[in-house]
Amino acid sequence: MLHTISLGSTLFALWLLLSGYLEMWLLALGLGSTALMVIIANRMDVIDHEGHPVHMTWRLTMYLPWLAWELVKSNIDIARVILHPKLPIQPMVIKIKGSQVTELGYVTYANSITLTPGTVTLALENGEMEIHALTTASAEGLLTGEMDARVHIVEGAADGTVKGAG
Amino acid sequence: MAVLFDIISWALLLGGSALMLIGGIGLYRLPDVYTRMHGAGIIDTLGAGMVFAGLMVQAGLTLVTVKLGLIVVFLFFTSPTTTHALARAAQAEGVLPLLDDKGEDDVDLSQYGMDGVDLTEEPDKSKT
Repeated sequence: MLHTISLGSTLFALWLLLSGYLEMWLLALGLGSTALMVIIANRMDVIDHEGHPVHMTWRLTMYLPWLAWELVKSNIDIARVILHPKLPIQPMVIKIKGSQVTELGYVTYANSITLTPGTVTLALENGEMEIHALTTASAEGLLTGEMDARVHIVEGAADGTVKGAG
Repeated sequence: MAVLFDIISWALLLGGSALMLIGGIGLYRLPDVYTRMHGAGIIDTLGAGMVFAGLMVQAGLTLVTVKLGLIVVFLFFTSPTTTHALARAAQAEGVLPLLDDKGEDDVDLSQYGMDGVDLTEEPDKSKT
């Protein structure tokens, strides 16, 4: 129920921001389409902690600035490598284990890795990830496990999904 | 004040454009499909991010800024997904990543309790 209400209000807020209309008739139409979306999403059975992770909102807000700074740093690193006359790359594939306990946590971690230039998640199975890294430095940055620990805090592990279900 | 905002916005726009150009050069210079993904990564993270930030400074405190922000949010959620899909597709087709043997020795994986991956084995097509 919490997820339904939250989805409805998020969708309506999105409608307001995108349209910018405040007339009664148009607001009613917006409410109507929001309600239709919620009903459809409900029938599709996608309103749950995964499709709409409200429980992560606050911790995610704390995580994103750190991720943004990491993105800036690795962007500069990779840009330097690309512009270097000798193209000093050491492409490699490594396997790492995530300490997450939920599927959502693993997806957040895998997506964070892929988003960071220099590392791409190739596969994710049973909590083990195959990572393609462009340079030794980007692989080492990942192996320090700081991102892993931070994503583990983000997921909060409050919804009791079985470990390794991914 | 307007001049200051213009300077900030132009610095962001030009910086973002430069990063996109570097990403494009990366696409050209890097040797194989997997390494090229890293070049493309520059374009859709900091490149696009800085261009959108510059546009948001131009738009000021309006609804347009909110919409630009939403585009960035959606981009940051979808671009890793597409990159991953591309990597999986390449793997499923049996494209093996070009590896640098010297690089494997540079990073001592055992100190993290991990081993490298044996890439001589056939990629498992059932995984997709």
